[in-house]
This record gives sequence, C-alpha cells and structure tokens, in this order.
Amino acid sequence: MPFDTIPSSWYLILSAALFTLGVVGFLIKRTLITVFMSIELMLNAVNLSFVTFAHEWHAVKGQIFVFFVMVVAAAEAAVGLAIIISIFRSRATLNVDQIDLMKL
Amino acid sequence: MHLVLFIIFAGFCLAGAINLLLQTHPINSALSLIVVMSSLAVLYLLLGAEFLAAAQVIVYAGAIMVLFTFVVMLLNVGTEEKTHGSRVAKAIGFPAVTVVLGVISTVLLQTQKNLGGIGLSDGITTTQDLSRVLFHELLLPFELTSVLILIAILGAVALAQKEGA
Repeated sequence: MPFDTIPSSWYLILSAALFTLGVVGFLIKRTLITVFMSIELMLNAVNLSFVTFAHEWHAVKGQIFVFFVMVVAAAEAAVGLAIIISIFRSRATLNVDQIDLMKL
Repeated sequence: MHLVLFIIFAGFCLAGAINLLLQTHPINSALSLIVVMSSLAVLYLLLGAEFLAAAQVIVYAGAIMVLFTFVVMLLNVGTEEKTHGSRVAKAIGFPAVTVVLGVISTVLLQTQKNLGGIGLSDGITTTQDLSRVLFHELLLPFELTSVLILIAILGAVALAQKEGA
C-alpha cells in the first residue's frame, strides 16, 4: 500500500507546530494555570520529536529520555501547582498582570 | 492506513492546541490539553513506542491533568479577564515565534532527504527492550528520579500547607 509510509519530517513539523502553539499560549494567556498548561504543551511537543528520532535511528535511549521527561514533568506539575495555590492564598488572584512581585 | 491515522490524530492535536489558546475558561483549556495528550499517545503507538503510549495516557492525561483540573476547581478560577497584556510580549514575541517556526520547518524540509520514512510495519520497541536498557545501563539515573519525586512531594506539601499549620 502506498500510504503505509510517511516521511519522518511530518512528525517533526507537527512537533514544531505544537511547540510554537505552546509558546504563543505562554505569551497571550493571562491566567497563571493556563500559562502553566502551555508549558506542558511545549514539553509534549519536545517528547514527540524525541520519539520520532528514536524511531528514525532505532535508538531505545531516545524513548528512555521521554520517560525521564515525563517523570520530571510530573514532579514539576506537583511543585508548580503547589506554588500556584500558595500564590492564590496570598494574593486572591491568578492574573499574571497582577502577580509582579517576587515577595509574598 | 498510516497516513490516514496520522492526519486524523495530528488534526486532533493541532485542533486541541488551538482550542487551548482560544478558550477563556481554564477548565476548557485543561480539557483541550487532555485531547492533545491522548492524540499524542496514538501517534506514539504509530511510532512503535507502546510503553510510552501507555505512560502518556496514564501519567499525562491521567495524573497530571487530574492535578490541573483539581487545582482549577479548588481555586474556583473564573473566566480570564482580557487585559492589555504585555505589549512587549506581543510586539517582539509573535514575530520571534513565527521566525522560529519558519526556521525549524525550513531546516526540516531541507533535510527531509536524509531522514527516512516511517512505516507501520517497522516493528515496535517492546517494554522488554526498554526495561533492559533502563535497568542495566541507566539504573543510577532511574534511582535518582525516585529521589527527585520524593523531594517534589515534600516540596509540594511544604509549599501548599497553610501558614503556621
């Protein structure tokens, strides 16, 4: 079947597009939680290119890298959301325009 | 078959990501992010990464997004207000983002000849292959991630607890 093989670069371009959408979300979103979600989107986009290159070069270590990225993302989400909760407790807002001081 | 599946799920991915940007309520953005992550799991299966597809659904679409929706509900976040935003971010950010996407796509299209194709019959990386490398060569980094997770749990509890509790 002719449609059974597609170029690797399509997956990489999809990954680049998702990463760009993540950057755009990081720039235009105004709620702290959605800004954080955009970061998760960027991590996922990078994971997709890791898996594509692992498949391209038959390297298992590329997939293990994705596994480690997932672990770090889980840890980062837990700590990040705890920080968001503590910010909300002291400011009563999640608007990034109003959260401009490092001091609590 | 591969082409059809790729187009469908890549479409879901992009639609979910664009919907994440357009929605004003965080819970809708979280649900679109779940769509993106689940579609990515299918793409991982097409790339022969069966363990990562399962982990993507369980860890990302399951655990992390549950945490997100839980926080959205806990804090009772309302609709996002439209503020003027940061003008610098819009003035410099958008051209920069366009340039980044353009550069990456151009490089990829130029090097397309050197990259091969991906077929459905290329064979999959089984969980056995993955764990053999993970538990032999990379045992120390694997154990270190468990320490990292432990520290993250302690940090999350310490940050989220009430003052003086």
